Amino acid sequence: MAVVFEKSRSLTDEILTYCPGCTHGIIHRLVAEAIDDLGAQSSTIGVAPVGCAVFAYNFFAVDMMQAAHGRAPAVATGIKRALPDRIVFTYQGDGDLASIGMAEIMHAAARGEKITTIFVNNAIYGMTGGQMAPTTLVGQVTTTSPYGRKEELCGKPIRMSEIIAQMDGTAYAARVSVHDPRHVMEAKKAIRRAFEAQRGGEGFAMVEVLSTCPTNWGMTPIEALKWVATDMIPYYPLGVYKDSSKGAA
Amino acid sequence: MAKLLMKGNEAIAEAAIRAGCRCFFGYPITPQNQIPEYMSKRMPQVGGTFLQAESEVSAINMVYGASGAGARVMTSSSGPGVSLKQEGISYLAGAQLPCVIVNIMRGGPGLGSIQPSQGDYYQATRGGGHGDYRLPVLAPSSVGEAVELTRKAFDLADKYRTPVIVLGDGMIGQMMEPVELPDDGESAREPESKPWAARGWDGSSPRAIINSLYIDPSVLEQHNLALQRKFAEIEKAETSFASERVEDADLVIAAYGTMARIARSAIRMARAEGLKVGMIRPVTLWPFPSEPFAQAARTAKAFLTVEMSAGQMVDDVRLAVAGRKPVHFYGRTGGMVPTVRDVLSRIKEAV
Ligand SMILES: Cc1ncc(C[n+]2csc(CCOP(=O)(O)OP(=O)(O)O)c2C)c(N)n1
Ligand code: SF4
Repeated sequence: MAVVFEKSRSLTDEILTYCPGCTHGIIHRLVAEAIDDLGAQSSTIGVAPVGCAVFAYNFFAVDMMQAAHGRAPAVATGIKRALPDRIVFTYQGDGDLASIGMAEIMHAAARGEKITTIFVNNAIYGMTGGQMAPTTLVGQVTTTSPYGRKEELCGKPIRMSEIIAQMDGTAYAARVSVHDPRHVMEAKKAIRRAFEAQRGGEGFAMVEVLSTCPTNWGMTPIEALKWVATDMIPYYPLGVYKDSSKGAA
Repeated sequence: MAKLLMKGNEAIAEAAIRAGCRCFFGYPITPQNQIPEYMSKRMPQVGGTFLQAESEVSAINMVYGASGAGARVMTSSSGPGVSLKQEGISYLAGAQLPCVIVNIMRGGPGLGSIQPSQGDYYQATRGGGHGDYRLPVLAPSSVGEAVELTRKAFDLADKYRTPVIVLGDGMIGQMMEPVELPDDGESAREPESKPWAARGWDGSSPRAIINSLYIDPSVLEQHNLALQRKFAEIEKAETSFASERVEDADLVIAAYGTMARIARSAIRMARAEGLKVGMIRPVTLWPFPSEPFAQAARTAKAFLTVEMSAGQMVDDVRLAVAGRKPVHFYGRTGGMVPTVRDVLSRIKEAV
């Protein structure tokens, strides 16, 4: 019998701690597959954030570090500077990366730090119980925007891929989604390319993945997947924003 | 070994390099700027990494990454910058990562001043960040001793898997003195391997996970108990001090860093006038050398703590003396430095 499907070697057998219907799990799998494809399991060091993915160190079957809230790109910088021939990635939520960790991500990109960042944008603070994130959509109700996010008070949500693509040190920046199989396949390609950019020493690489939080959005998993398509993608257009091997898109 | 005339900050940086430090992450702040400046010049010459981070927050987290990857790594700062590092220092302590943090103290609170101070004693000796932890704190009182203690800091950090603080006042950082620097080979006693480090997993041993999160309270308590055992071990083995003319002293002065040198001059003058004065100079501020103070409390009539602060170390002296004898205090703050005359007149009041 031919083997047609196998679990990624770069994932452990631990049971994921994510809620039912949360797409963090799909994203973990895509990251693990990219590491497998590169044959980089033994040379990869991952950095887990503060957020729902804090336990990522239990799920990726590679050496891992857990970083303070928002500081994963600085921790990854320290690792990469000490061990330049290793593959180093960060896995961060939108509160972690686009709020408290804004300085660290911008400067990692500005320096062209040869690391890969997987940025999980679910438009909310998942772990702390559904507070407003810098990526929360205008009008979106959260536990700290009970009347809906108001533009006049909080401005508009931050589009990180567009910003990161502007930095000269960025080799690759793309926004993808995992709300249906076709988009999962595209996300897989982008994540793989982001690891290849690092291996080729091209510069900083980030993939923003639109992700669901059914628990804190107050939706069923199916509703949540639909909401990504109907509400998130119109504000967060998918696509490759920069690819140094092809020139800016 | 030839003697070199060096500024304290530069001597600390060179001593770190000779101790095998090959990664430095920092951010400019007076009065420690010569450390990152020196590192930016020297690190490329020895194949090391110097990186000016975007902030002290970032610098300490780069230290976390490099240390977790097994490198000998250092950062330095002062006042507001050290405050910003505290979350990261707590993570380093929790994850048991070795590193050296140099604090060249300036006047505070707030932006304070850029003049020398000893106002960060509490912050350094009580852990500084959140949670139950202590860090070894080494306090040099000369440029030569700064060299010696910087090297020792790296060894202690690796031995106990802990961040170590080198706590100097602005004067130690800025003054020039002749120093003897150890040869590279002499001092680079880095452990051959750090099996706990995250450097890539080959499957032959358990995966390396650098982490301070223990979500189950009973597990976190076990982790804390293990840390406390380590701290007790450090207290037992690593306490260090220098005592001068304490045997016959009626008055024992407690002072560290530059303050101890000023006190020494005052003691000399007091002795010349027939006053029996001695000094205990803590070299490790944590662990604090309580024992010599407890012993001196049997023979001395009183103690006088002198600091460039509103009175911080005096708490530890009082804990050690435990009410058996009066403990007086004299200090100045804000970057003002007590003079020899000031100290001498306090000595006369106290005896
Ligand atoms: C310095 C600090 N501030 C706040 C927190 C509390 N905190 C934990 S997780 C989190 C939000 C994480 O949200 P996000 O990054 O969007 O990730 P998600 O949980 O949605 O995956 C916050 C604020 C913390 N741990 N540390
Ligand atoms: S709280 Fe939201 S982001 Fe976190 S695991 Fe649950 S669904 Fe996923």
